Amino acid sequence: MIRRLASVWHARNLEFLRDRGTLIFTLLLPIMLVVGMGFVFGGPPRPLFKVGVLAEQIDKASNPFLQERYVEFVATPDEPTALHKLTHQTLDLLVDLRGSGRYWVNTDSPKGYIVEKLLLAALPAAQRQPVTGVAVRYVDWLFPGILGMNMMFSCLFGVGYVVVRYRKSGFLKRLHATPLSAFEFLGAQVLSRFAIIATVTTILYVGIGTIIGFHSAGNVALVALLGVVGALSMIALGLTVAARFSSEELVGGVLNVLTWPMMLLSGVWFSLEDSPRWVQWVAHIFPLTHILDGARAVMLDGAGFAQVAPHLLYLAATTLAFLAFGAWSFRWRID
Amino acid sequence: METPILEVRDLVKQYAATTAVGGVSFSVPQGMCFGLLGPNGAGKTTTIEIMEGILPATAGEVRYRGEPQGQRFREEAGILFQKTALQDFLTVRQSIALFRGLYSSGLEVDEVLKLCALEALAGRDSRKLSGGQQQRLLLAIALVNDPAVLFLDEPTTGLDPQARRNFWDLVQSIKARHKTIILTTHYMEEAELLCDEIAIMDRGRIVAQGPPQRLLREHFAEVLLELPRADFPDAARTLSLKFLEASDRIEITTEDLEGTLRTLLAAHVPLHNLRIRPANLEDLFLALTGKELRP
Repeated sequence: MIRRLASVWHARNLEFLRDRGTLIFTLLLPIMLVVGMGFVFGGPPRPLFKVGVLAEQIDKASNPFLQERYVEFVATPDEPTALHKLTHQTLDLLVDLRGSGRYWVNTDSPKGYIVEKLLLAALPAAQRQPVTGVAVRYVDWLFPGILGMNMMFSCLFGVGYVVVRYRKSGFLKRLHATPLSAFEFLGAQVLSRFAIIATVTTILYVGIGTIIGFHSAGNVALVALLGVVGALSMIALGLTVAARFSSEELVGGVLNVLTWPMMLLSGVWFSLEDSPRWVQWVAHIFPLTHILDGARAVMLDGAGFAQVAPHLLYLAATTLAFLAFGAWSFRWRID
Repeated sequence: METPILEVRDLVKQYAATTAVGGVSFSVPQGMCFGLLGPNGAGKTTTIEIMEGILPATAGEVRYRGEPQGQRFREEAGILFQKTALQDFLTVRQSIALFRGLYSSGLEVDEVLKLCALEALAGRDSRKLSGGQQQRLLLAIALVNDPAVLFLDEPTTGLDPQARRNFWDLVQSIKARHKTIILTTHYMEEAELLCDEIAIMDRGRIVAQGPPQRLLREHFAEVLLELPRADFPDAARTLSLKFLEASDRIEITTEDLEGTLRTLLAAHVPLHNLRIRPANLEDLFLALTGKELRP
């Protein structure tokens, strides 16, 4: 029995090792995960409090309060944006040190209460401007992320694996012998997967939303529009990956390399607001980032069409680009 | 003169250092069943796949009704590949309906089911069909567009004798509808039964072409006498006979049957197990392509 097992084990190992593409992507994924996690979670310990400063740049020597330890000072030149963050408790305090020394504190925030004491110890004459606003619950913030992540996996793996399986089995070759064009085939795959995604996402939105008591601050139709364009972009990306390959393992590797960075860097689980600039720049390449940023803006902050239009445009553009590349590089049969 | 429905001109297919097809030309008139025969690696499947528009040719061309293959060809051609997988979880009827939807005209699904004797299997999952039933389904799919030309690439390979004969009956009923059929096969009996004209390919080239009976007349004026090897004494080996030795029998070829029989009787060769038969396509095939195993 051991001999038979060893024979099969050896043959399978050879198959895996000789499939260079699969091997590379299998090794690449854990390396990328380690590097990615290092960038996201690495660095010095996080400060306890986050204070917004109404200024273009922060000069720590200009004020004793700015030298407090365990406080992260963030330059926030735009006052309405800073106040919005304060009401959602993503800032614990907001100060304006340019003149009279005004500060804003969210009276509903426990951390705001403590950091206010630090401020008044350093600047007793600072003028208090109270605001109110409960923090966005983590579950509410996470809700769009879960929907987006489910959409991403379903679009990429659902389409990618199926097309490769069709190619490997010869079904695509048989379809090629009919009047069906590559664009028609790809279009049918997009629409089929889209119908599934739309149904599942609607069920999840209504079901989970009801369980956690979620109510969208903005127009639900706009959320749906973001979902539609975002799903199309993801499906088109899946088709692009599946356009040529004929090995499920290789496609699995490529899809993992795409999905894991998206899951980590698109803000599914945590905000990347405080990440290095370049990490945020990389994150904005991913369609999932635009789906989530747009959806959160509408669902949590009540943003309108004009505010999420850049996200919609990016998703529409990537859909067209991925589809065009997928149709161009599409192969009906194994070369 | 009527334009042939398919015309192959100087077809070449090159793969790196290998020439799969090395300059093949032939034409197929409307309504003919044309057979491409040859050993493994002769270039039959490559030729037929270029004709089907699946593979691009390195050089040469294929013309359909006098024109390069285009959308009209795709609408009017029916194809049965050597190996084809269908979409999972679909019934026989749904599989046929899927392909019917890809053509602008053709037969009704029920008509195709009846034509291929699949009515009783219409609701069955296509993955749960036997080999013969699976081939009938693939033939049904190839017929959904009521094709003018039907390509059958080794359609009965792997089928049991009953299923094979059943499939031949179906092909003959399609022939009776005046359809043009291009067939590749390893079975000489199949080619002899179904084909009006054959081309024997070897090493990427056509080595003989014509109606089977004419080719047999041209290549074999003799008849074949088969004797069990045990009945052929060593002394008989010195007789002036043209013979070949197989593992279990001796095959004597002669134009003078009576004279050969007299010679054998004179040499006291027992003739009660003697079998006399005319040359068939297999003899022609082996004579033209050799008996050695291909790498």
